[in-house]
Amino acid sequence: MTKSFNPQSYEPGTHPDLPPPAITTGLIGWIKTNLFSSPLNTALTLISIWFLWQILPSSFHWLFTGAVWSAVDRKECWAMMDAPRDGACWAFIRGSLELFLYGWYPEPERWRVNITFFLFGAAVFGALRENIPGKKYWLMFAAVFPFLAAWLLFGGFGLEPVATSKLGGILLTLVVAVTGISFSLPLGIALALGRRSRLPVLRAICVIFIEFIRGVPLITLLFVASTMLTYFLPPGSSFDLLIRVLIMVTLFAAAYIAEVVRGGLQGLASGQYEAADALGLTYWQSHRLIILPQALKISIPGIVNTFIGSYKDSVLVLIIGMMDILGLGRARLNDPDWLGLAPELYIFISLFFFVSCFAMSRYSLSLEKKLETGHQS
Amino acid sequence: MKQKTTAVLSAAALVLGFAGTTQAGTLEDVQSQGVLRCVVSTGIAGFAQPDASGVWKGFDIDFCRATAAAVLGDANKIEAVTSTGKTRFTKLNAGEGDVLWRNTTITFSRDVGVKLRFHGVNYYDGQGFMVKKSLGVNSASELDGASVCIQTGTTTELNLADYFSSNGMKYEPVTIETNDEARQNYESGRCDVYTTDASGLASTRSALPNPGDHMVLPEIISKEPLGPATRHGDDQWSDIVTWVLNATITAEELGVTMANVDQMKSSNNPEVLRLLGVDGSQGQELGLSNDWAYQIIKQVGNYGEIFERNIGVDTPLGIARGLNALWTEGGLIYSPPFR
Repeated sequence: MTKSFNPQSYEPGTHPDLPPPAITTGLIGWIKTNLFSSPLNTALTLISIWFLWQILPSSFHWLFTGAVWSAVDRKECWAMMDAPRDGACWAFIRGSLELFLYGWYPEPERWRVNITFFLFGAAVFGALRENIPGKKYWLMFAAVFPFLAAWLLFGGFGLEPVATSKLGGILLTLVVAVTGISFSLPLGIALALGRRSRLPVLRAICVIFIEFIRGVPLITLLFVASTMLTYFLPPGSSFDLLIRVLIMVTLFAAAYIAEVVRGGLQGLASGQYEAADALGLTYWQSHRLIILPQALKISIPGIVNTFIGSYKDSVLVLIIGMMDILGLGRARLNDPDWLGLAPELYIFISLFFFVSCFAMSRYSLSLEKKLETGHQS
Repeated sequence: MKQKTTAVLSAAALVLGFAGTTQAGTLEDVQSQGVLRCVVSTGIAGFAQPDASGVWKGFDIDFCRATAAAVLGDANKIEAVTSTGKTRFTKLNAGEGDVLWRNTTITFSRDVGVKLRFHGVNYYDGQGFMVKKSLGVNSASELDGASVCIQTGTTTELNLADYFSSNGMKYEPVTIETNDEARQNYESGRCDVYTTDASGLASTRSALPNPGDHMVLPEIISKEPLGPATRHGDDQWSDIVTWVLNATITAEELGVTMANVDQMKSSNNPEVLRLLGVDGSQGQELGLSNDWAYQIIKQVGNYGEIFERNIGVDTPLGIARGLNALWTEGGLIYSPPFR
């Protein structure tokens, strides 16, 4: 018993004040506890390493070291490799990059697209970033941005008009997605409030709208937009295809947002509503100050989920022959000079979508953390 | 919900019945727009595809350009209205395009049921088979028991089933969605045979690492005559599209090419002179200027030139003329006389 009080009696290396043995800390410790903690885990780790060993070197070779970055056509591309298809032919993507970005937007007017991209970045930055001076003005700018972008992209009021059919590629994808996302949120909140309204007619309209849209696949709505609306409208009145599609995409996303927000509204303790009433706040005051801030906070994961979903759904416009990034890419696959380069194209498009969706999902996580007030169990 | 959708659909179908018949004066519309809107595909190798700067190229596109040259005097005044196989006819019937040059097979149901007007054949296609040479197969009748890559939901699927059952053979279908997917499966050996239209086989074959290791079997098991279409109810416009196609064919037959069209204006062949508008007033009778066919050949070329430039043996697709040779050279391409 006295032994433990005597520092001299510790076996070398077992004194409690010594740092833990190297084998339980740092990289080695991490590997030991996470990868080799039990026979099963050890086996799984070894199998995974073997598997990665099988695919990583060849993937790396195909993607980078064996890839060709500039060539005039596929034949030249493949001739530069050890064997055809031994590496990626990124020259194909590189040569079409400008087309993929701007579509058919007239070349002398492309500075307008660049400004729009820049302003889009500024609006997103300003709206999302906390603690920047003049936050109110940033938010106002973000609210005006869609209209500013429409003016810049389509012209009028002093700018050369550009037909909507000239849009294509990433530009078209972003126009469809950003419009859908930015207009569906306010519309969805309004629908959610309408669905919980005490006015029977308003409530019925909202319920019918939401259930109708949710009961129909987006593709059906796009077909209606592309083929049928022309028959419903009076002859001679041309209603731009892109606008029809934007309306459909927005309505579709709004119906889903409405249900997500309704979930948030119902997740709120009824005491919150009663407290707001007790303070004598009107309907709009109580929703603006008490109900919606909390309801939207708990809806964030669902809302961002819907946003990401509708962003990726925007590629469905290719079904009705619109040339978004996927449609345009697939059209380019038919260039006789570049036939057979589908893997390169799909990897490029996946990368584009992954980067933007991952950014959205990370932002929503950080937003949740920031708004976390400890009320959630 | 389903009932509601059905109601919407049937209401639309009702309106659709009227829409097609009230269109007239397409020529005036096109001339006042100053641009010809062609319904084209979203990409079929050699027939319609955008190049790296977005300019549409291809066999169908060149016929669209020929139409624009005849109607507007400038082959570049075209707008490609891209459409998928599902939306092409509604786009045309709803007036979003003026003429359809889109790799479209002429069939009874499309001519009569969809209320289209077809104007002759610009490409005779047909379903064929591609195999690896190493299989040692020389005829489709030796394909008993083969696994076949086939696009789902197409007429090629039905043709294949008919062909094999009528020859008392069995096959194992490997269903795929697109040409590219088919090529990947065929290349990796998941199927022994790929079957689709011969023009599609040619482009698939040319995209393989070693095209020489593969062959297209001689049997063609279906008729796929491809041609342009317009809406019902505008006879003048129909005549124009018909004779644009015929002009390119006649020009090849008479040896009028992009290069020699100017010398040919002083030819002593009366049909050449009528075609090029030196004699007669055929252009005016169509409602066009008299040099309409001259403009087609000068700016776009004759049928053979259009073929060779986009899909011919010197292109990556390397399609031989075959059935699409002139009737004088053993093919089916034939134009009524300019008289």
